[in-house]
Amino acid sequence: MSTTATTAPQTAPLATRRRWRLKPGWLVLNSNVLLTFLFLYAPIVILVIFSFNASRQQAVWVGFTIEWYEQMIRDERVIAAAKNSLIIALVSTAVSTVIGTLTALALDRFRFRAKTAFEGAMYLPIIVPEIVMAISLLVFFNTSFNLLDRWLGLTLKFGLGTITIAHIAFSFPFVAVVVRARLADFDRTLEQAAQDLGANEWQTFRYVTLPLLMPGILAGALLAFTLSIDDFVITFFNAGIGATTLPLEIYGRIRRGITPEVNALSAVLLLASIALVLGSVLLQRRR
Amino acid sequence: MGRTADVELRNVSKVFDNSVVAVDDVSLEIEPGEFFSLLGPSGCGKTTTLRMIAGFEMPTSGEIYIEGRPMGETPPFRRNVNTVFQNYALFPHMTVAENVAFGLRMKRVPRDEIARRVREALQLVRLAGFEDRYPRQLSGGQQQRVALARALINRPRVLLLDEPLGALDLKLRKEMQLELKHLQMTVGITFIYVTHDQEEALTMSDRIAVMNAGRVLQVGTPLEIYERPSSRFVADFIGESNFLEGRVTGLNGQQVTVVIDDRVPVPARAQDGLAVGEQVTVAIRPEKIRLRPPGMERTDGCVRGRVEEVVYIGTDTYYLVRLTERCTVRVRVQNSQNRLDSGEAVGEGAEVLLSWVPETAMVLKA
Repeated sequence: MSTTATTAPQTAPLATRRRWRLKPGWLVLNSNVLLTFLFLYAPIVILVIFSFNASRQQAVWVGFTIEWYEQMIRDERVIAAAKNSLIIALVSTAVSTVIGTLTALALDRFRFRAKTAFEGAMYLPIIVPEIVMAISLLVFFNTSFNLLDRWLGLTLKFGLGTITIAHIAFSFPFVAVVVRARLADFDRTLEQAAQDLGANEWQTFRYVTLPLLMPGILAGALLAFTLSIDDFVITFFNAGIGATTLPLEIYGRIRRGITPEVNALSAVLLLASIALVLGSVLLQRRR
Repeated sequence: MGRTADVELRNVSKVFDNSVVAVDDVSLEIEPGEFFSLLGPSGCGKTTTLRMIAGFEMPTSGEIYIEGRPMGETPPFRRNVNTVFQNYALFPHMTVAENVAFGLRMKRVPRDEIARRVREALQLVRLAGFEDRYPRQLSGGQQQRVALARALINRPRVLLLDEPLGALDLKLRKEMQLELKHLQMTVGITFIYVTHDQEEALTMSDRIAVMNAGRVLQVGTPLEIYERPSSRFVADFIGESNFLEGRVTGLNGQQVTVVIDDRVPVPARAQDGLAVGEQVTVAIRPEKIRLRPPGMERTDGCVRGRVEEVVYIGTDTYYLVRLTERCTVRVRVQNSQNRLDSGEAVGEGAEVLLSWVPETAMVLKA
């Protein structure tokens, strides 16, 4: 009895004090989370909802329809733009995945002069503002096209090719970063074990290194694909005339007013991106 | 010898980039079918030596011969040796059967022969039925056996084992020690076994090379290493030893007399090249010393002391006995009687007589 009598007055103020201290913090943190989600996702949610709205007017909900999606599929310009986007994304992903993986391996395996400088320079496209990257690529293509024209009489133009090269340039560092993360906890004794068992350098790479890096490589590839499909700024500056991708098509339509077809197109693009990023994250988690 | 050694190291040294001397002028000959251990504390160069035999490191100087052929810069995949790694290094993306088959697949052995030999190898390590499991689904001991099967299926001339039991718990380790030794006798392959566990080395090996600071200090059978350590390091690292420092006062055929602290004469085994007056260390193992109550004095070889501490450890009892102000010895007496019934025969503070067979005490040059 005496023990409860002495402890009770001590615990009571402690508990109340703690409750007072926590309450404002709890409120601020939770409302912060709520507001963040609201700002980030409310526009997207509204966009998706209105892509199903049976009215040409934006602000009023009339009823559910998939008419805009049907119109979108029948629209030849949309189909052409989607085709361009896919070709660019597939080619640039394939090339940047190979270059990025090889870069990651070189940085992980070899010590060479100016390695740190090279590493820093390689990550630059991740940090540099997209507009700067876009303009520098534009200037680069212009200059080299002029030189080629003057020296070799070659006439090259902006188009799918320039967009693809530009996409490779900004997406391979992302592949390299993802693959290097995978390499960071790669157990080199596995390669030694393979060599010990009679595998030469190529066989070791083919049967041990590559399969173990594969989740990282695939994750990097999905990331590169997403970046390519979604890119607007760099594509816009390096597209020239006639080569339109989905984001460029959407931009072109928006200038003539926001239509439900644009909403539908954006919703599809959003869905594809979410699927790709999700795939990338899941692959990176795999052991 | 007639036969060529399976593995021979001639004056092999390894200096790393940061100018650390890992292996310092090591020469060894390992006979066919031998279970040979490299024993030493961590950082003594034993693993580097093994990695040089496997071909993962190249010697800075000296030459390694496998089956009589100098290895030079031969890469690991062209050497007729296989390694069992400390962490097993099983391929996580392959099943047990694929892991075991890897070496044969690389050598493009026909598929049906691979299947047959995988079955045999898994039976040999008692893992039949585990073909389709992945390494992460196996226990440590099972992974260990897969690593063994994966190496042995290639029928190497020499199997290199780098602390293969280090990651297992004590009981499993004891089991695997016997199993490994048994396996080695069954397959008749030369084993080179790296360990820092002296008990493990003594239990399993035909011969042991004791290493410290990059050098081989002594090579011999477990008996030779334990009973005739040639240096203080070996006497101390393998088992336990008392070290008594003193001066040689008498040489008498098989026996020398060394006086400790200018007061206490003790007998020891004679050795070539000892001179009267020389400063030496006598190494004597605790279990070689007999301990008796006083009064039964004999004329030779008895040393008087006082018990300072008694420690009961179950199988044996340790006595710490002071001989002089600066010198104590540990004595280990087997508890051949029930100590509850017999009580403490010799308690703390008791005067005792210590004696030993002179041949059991080694003289080490100071």
